[in-house]
Amino acid sequence: MSGLMLINLSYTVAAVLFILGLKFLGSPETARRGNALSSLGMLLAVVVTLLDHSIIDYRWILLGIVSGALIGTLAARLVAMTAMPEMVALFNGFGGIASLLVGCIALTQPLLDRFILLTIFMSIMIGGVTFSGSLVAWGKLSEKMTGRPLVFNGQRFVNGGLLLANIVCGVMFVQHPDQALWLVLAVLLSTSLGVMTLLPIGGADMPVVISLLNSYSGLAACAAGFAISNNILIVAGSLVGASGIILTNIMCKAMNRSLANVLFSGFGAASGASKKIEGDVKAITTEDAFYILEAAQSVVVIPGYGMAVAQAQHGIKELQGLLEKNGCEVVYAIHPVAGRMPGHMNVLLAEADVSYDLLLEMDDINPRMETFDVAIVIGANDVVNTAARDSESSPIYGMPIINADYARTVFVLKRSMASGFAGLDNPLFYKDNTRMIFGDAKETINRLIRELSS
Amino acid sequence: MDMVYLTFILILSIFLGFELIKKVPATLHTPLMSGANAISGITLVGALIGAGGEGSTLTIVLGTAAVAFATINVVGGYLVTDRMLAMFKKKGAKN
Repeated sequence: MSGLMLINLSYTVAAVLFILGLKFLGSPETARRGNALSSLGMLLAVVVTLLDHSIIDYRWILLGIVSGALIGTLAARLVAMTAMPEMVALFNGFGGIASLLVGCIALTQPLLDRFILLTIFMSIMIGGVTFSGSLVAWGKLSEKMTGRPLVFNGQRFVNGGLLLANIVCGVMFVQHPDQALWLVLAVLLSTSLGVMTLLPIGGADMPVVISLLNSYSGLAACAAGFAISNNILIVAGSLVGASGIILTNIMCKAMNRSLANVLFSGFGAASGASKKIEGDVKAITTEDAFYILEAAQSVVVIPGYGMAVAQAQHGIKELQGLLEKNGCEVVYAIHPVAGRMPGHMNVLLAEADVSYDLLLEMDDINPRMETFDVAIVIGANDVVNTAARDSESSPIYGMPIINADYARTVFVLKRSMASGFAGLDNPLFYKDNTRMIFGDAKETINRLIRELSS
Repeated sequence: MDMVYLTFILILSIFLGFELIKKVPATLHTPLMSGANAISGITLVGALIGAGGEGSTLTIVLGTAAVAFATINVVGGYLVTDRMLAMFKKKGAKN
């Protein structure tokens, strides 16, 4: 009995460490310590669990832990910062399948009542959706498959039917736990649901979906906790679930869309052509851009996914240094859904040694946008698309944007005049104060750096 | 009673989670996500009992796989979060 007491007391300590860890993650100064505290909590929970008297053989545990730790360490060390979204998606998927497997194992417990059976099913289903959904997200983000939404006629009916089939399967599973058929079906149906849900989702919607999958992985752990009556799983799982839901909500708000709209609309593939924009695009050379930048007192950089693709963050940092030496103020404006996951741009700029207090959120930068001499839009399109603000007929009308066009001059670094991810034309490019600098963003930045340093 | 008690824990933790995460600034959203992700690897605790218990061969195989997957999630998640957080610096701070 005292062993069980020790385990449960240690779980309480672990829960406190998780909570403190998340609390410390609230500020950049303490975040690293928070993460360390949280990992300490995990270590404690694992070590005391090993004392459980129902564990009689440590060989397989050792095998699993050593191989898992090896793979995890290598992956975490070797991954490039630009590949972070797909890495997070992949780790998420592994958490999902672990919950699915724990759900299956929980079936071997004696004394299964209906409630426990239901939670076992939930843990298999949510785990399965998380696993396969995260794998598809990983494929899309790493461009192992197309990032475009895959839509077909009747997709909603197929997905709706699949969800219904999952629920029916759940009912049968609880009624007939002794029939293996329902277990197999539960695994197959839930993983299919994960894949089918992710197919119609395009790259620009990834921040929402990644957050949602993050939440699912927590909820799956939570359900597994119910299945094996383990309170630390429930506490940790629901903390993660809540965190994912908050992020999902923030991302949805930043796109002015409901979660249902993101999940079911196949945005981007379906959107029709909006009205053609009249006006000319004014292109300038980097040399002319240099003269404007040299005279500028304040510059705001607005990065988007294109900055990650072009790996231009280090160049930007160098440019920032030169401009600052020239007596110019440089800040960054980050849209909540810029990039492929929440906070994607912040991580990339942090990697390039840009201090985080220069990264301003949309609501902080917009009121003072008029005061900036130059706004440099690099690899961003939809988040500065003025149609979202001005044109009621636009499919993205109502999405909050960074008002780049309110700056005195806007530079748009762009490869060509192809439209953005959502396939929409951007009136910003046709404004009187906008100058387009065509070419690879990294090349352009490097040329500007050369001009400025000579 | 067990069920009521576990549900009680669930509800309180969800509310606590909302309160904690609400205050995290946008700049830390990626580390928050990957750090939370690592925490969701807590399923490892459940997997350990399956892999080390006196169950059938199938249970042990599934348990071992679950331990491996959850460990990747935990170890990878914490390390990658730490790597990211180490890069966040304030102006004027020493490298």
